[in-house]
Amino acid sequence: MATQTTFRIWRGDAAGGQFQDFATPVDEGMVVLDVVHRIQAQQAPDLAVRWNCKAGKCGSCSAEINGMPKLMCMTRLSNLNLEMPVILEPMHAFPVIRDLVTDVSWNFRAKKTIRKFKPRSPDAPDGTWRMQQADVERVQEFRKCIECFLCQDVCHVLREHQKFDEFIGPRLLVYAAALEMHPLDTEDRVSDLRRKHHIGYCNITTCCRQVCPESITITENAIIPLKERVVDKFFDPLKQLFHII
Amino acid sequence: MPEFERFSYDVLVIGAGGAGLRAAIEAAAAGAKVGVVTKSLLGKAHTVMAEGGVAAALANVDDRDNWRVHFADTMRGGQYLNNWRMAELHAKEAPECVHELEAWGALFDRTSDGRILQRNFGGHRYPRLAHVGDRTGLEMIRTLQDHGIHTGMQVHMECTVLSLLLDSGRIAGACGYDREKGLFHLWQAKAVVLATGGIGRAFKITSNSWEYTGDGLALAYRAGAELKDMEFVQFHPTGMVWPISVRGILVTEGVRGEGGILRNNQGRRFMFDEIPELYKDQTADNADEGWRYTQGDKNARRPPELLTRDHVARCINREVKAGRGSPHGGVFLDIAWIRERMPKSEEHIKRKLPSMYHQFKQLADLDITKEPMEVGPTTHYMMGGINVDGDSQMSTIPGLFAAGEAAAGLHGANRLGGNSLSDLLVFGRRAGRYAAEYAKPVTLPAIDEGQLQEAARDALEPFDRGPAGENPYQIQYELQDSMQDLVGIVRQESEMQQALEIIGKLSERARQAGVAGHRQYNNGWHTAMDLANLLLVSEAITRAALLRKESRGAQFREDFPNKDAEWGKYNIVVKRGADGEMLIEKRPLQPLPNELKAVIEEMK
Repeated sequence: MATQTTFRIWRGDAAGGQFQDFATPVDEGMVVLDVVHRIQAQQAPDLAVRWNCKAGKCGSCSAEINGMPKLMCMTRLSNLNLEMPVILEPMHAFPVIRDLVTDVSWNFRAKKTIRKFKPRSPDAPDGTWRMQQADVERVQEFRKCIECFLCQDVCHVLREHQKFDEFIGPRLLVYAAALEMHPLDTEDRVSDLRRKHHIGYCNITTCCRQVCPESITITENAIIPLKERVVDKFFDPLKQLFHII
Repeated sequence: MPEFERFSYDVLVIGAGGAGLRAAIEAAAAGAKVGVVTKSLLGKAHTVMAEGGVAAALANVDDRDNWRVHFADTMRGGQYLNNWRMAELHAKEAPECVHELEAWGALFDRTSDGRILQRNFGGHRYPRLAHVGDRTGLEMIRTLQDHGIHTGMQVHMECTVLSLLLDSGRIAGACGYDREKGLFHLWQAKAVVLATGGIGRAFKITSNSWEYTGDGLALAYRAGAELKDMEFVQFHPTGMVWPISVRGILVTEGVRGEGGILRNNQGRRFMFDEIPELYKDQTADNADEGWRYTQGDKNARRPPELLTRDHVARCINREVKAGRGSPHGGVFLDIAWIRERMPKSEEHIKRKLPSMYHQFKQLADLDITKEPMEVGPTTHYMMGGINVDGDSQMSTIPGLFAAGEAAAGLHGANRLGGNSLSDLLVFGRRAGRYAAEYAKPVTLPAIDEGQLQEAARDALEPFDRGPAGENPYQIQYELQDSMQDLVGIVRQESEMQQALEIIGKLSERARQAGVAGHRQYNNGWHTAMDLANLLLVSEAITRAALLRKESRGAQFREDFPNKDAEWGKYNIVVKRGADGEMLIEKRPLQPLPNELKAVIEEMK
């Protein structure tokens, strides 16, 4: 049942690199990460790849497969054209460490700049809260995020313009949305979103939403409502008028 | 001489899954300077894969529940080999720990009156598992991560610990390397918490991520600490069996909690065929009663699919061996059938089990709302681990603590589903608190530079041998094959003796491992470094399983198929002898206090 295939894998480090072809047999039901493991075990033991759960739950094995940002562990070979070499590259938006591994540590630093969760006082004397399932569900969508950073990888503000110092990217806008829309949260992050995190840079091309392996409706459900809050607070002409008076 | 980048902490936490993060948060809250070392990126640890829920007697769904029932359930599930003090503390403190998570932003599914919803799970008498669909672990680790980053802890991502350091018998810190550059680090510390999780990667078919190489157990053992209950490895009854490349990936017990049933290739619901004596009174004797239980009927008893994991795994194994299995060597798990019982069952399944729907759709081209899944046992959890004090979680080495899966005691011979997420909260918190307390009056221990240099030299040896040395991946595969075949669900003397021989030979070869290339993010080197730990825990598992000549909980011996009351009085303890040999002993259980005895009697 084994089929012969070619995997064209980018190899190198921060200084540069090139593609290397690996011919390898593959079996039915395999995913891309299986092939990478096979190449590691048989041909290139020092091939660098970051992975962890191999079940689509941890978001470690993000890469670009035939130019599309995907999780290697959830990309089945049966969905790829094996007549042609399968092209495997690290994510482009982030600095390369080695081969398929990139330095994504910026995401962790940027997250710290977002104000943390601040709940209202408990609803019941025993220190617990009451929330309705419907209110919880809206935020649960955002909390499905596995932090694979594929949305950050395709965001042109980060990928093309490298605005890492000014913009937090779709993943962290989803994070901010989860906090802002949390039924218990009392913190206000709207000023930060405008002035510190520059949500205005996003021009809602929906690239992030299209690559999300958890199918989170990033643009419509998270970013646009946040943009609306910013507009409400800072650009409402009526409010501005009252402000002047 | 290799250089070390040096850091100094009051409390060093090794591992950043649920237990590690909870310990770090607690220690930081107590004012300690805290460092966290993790093999992967923050928030990627194995906790993300926990699905079904966290067990806590909140009594939100069934007000008959309380800590006494939870305690009795845990002891019964563990076949009474549990550390009773841990089982008691766990049952009492779990509800508070779940509420704490909510205060930090976790969003659990809700009851109609707005409280935390709870679901049924195997071995739990009442609906007890707080959950978020079937991605509870992700919710928990993200909550701990997002809370933790604001507490001042310093996180060292993608670092592996090579060795624990001692100063006159007490803990002095740890040394290791970072994956990114391959450089060495020294983390000097007054107290160390091991929260490194389990050992699943010693087996071929496992639900565990690559990190689960028994590091904490091996580090503690080499430093002189005791390991306990190593024979008890949990095989989760339902892992995916097809396609081959996804074999072992977990299928949550929540599927059965929501009404899913097991069938063999003749369509027979075989779980009704054998119900253990200990559970007879609590188990439904017909399909209708079982269904009513899963739908919240308080007068119904649970269906046999929700018996303990050890039992369900063995029943599946029996069906497959008898030729009644599914096409790819498992059995059928069917949740689609509930359409006979409820309208809009497809939406219901997608809402209750979204990850499972997604996982099967994407990896196996199968719609679980329409077709049955194929499932079989997968190595899932280590009940054994580092022997700790029930209250403080301190090991037999002063200043060395352990929590979560790396610690032994709470689960005895078999763990109930949902009790690991509560375990890591309750005992992560305790380990963090007592580690910080221990560190307070202590002066910074001295570092043995010789030990440091030796660790670095050993770590670099595979590069000297280069690609001509043994292939580390190959050794790992051979070990996984052997453990799977010879020390798996069904065990016997001669096969385990054979396993010991193989482990011995593989250990020799592991010492000759060679790696190509350089130290920067070199997966081959990382694999070579993990091998010694995998081999050590494999040996401990095998020796303990050989010594326990009975079948109890997760250990099933074909040559001793019955439970032996005499063996019910002992735990097995493993530690390193003076000459480096593995010592193994029977250790009598701590006597159960009368008031807890009474609780168990009352709940029978």
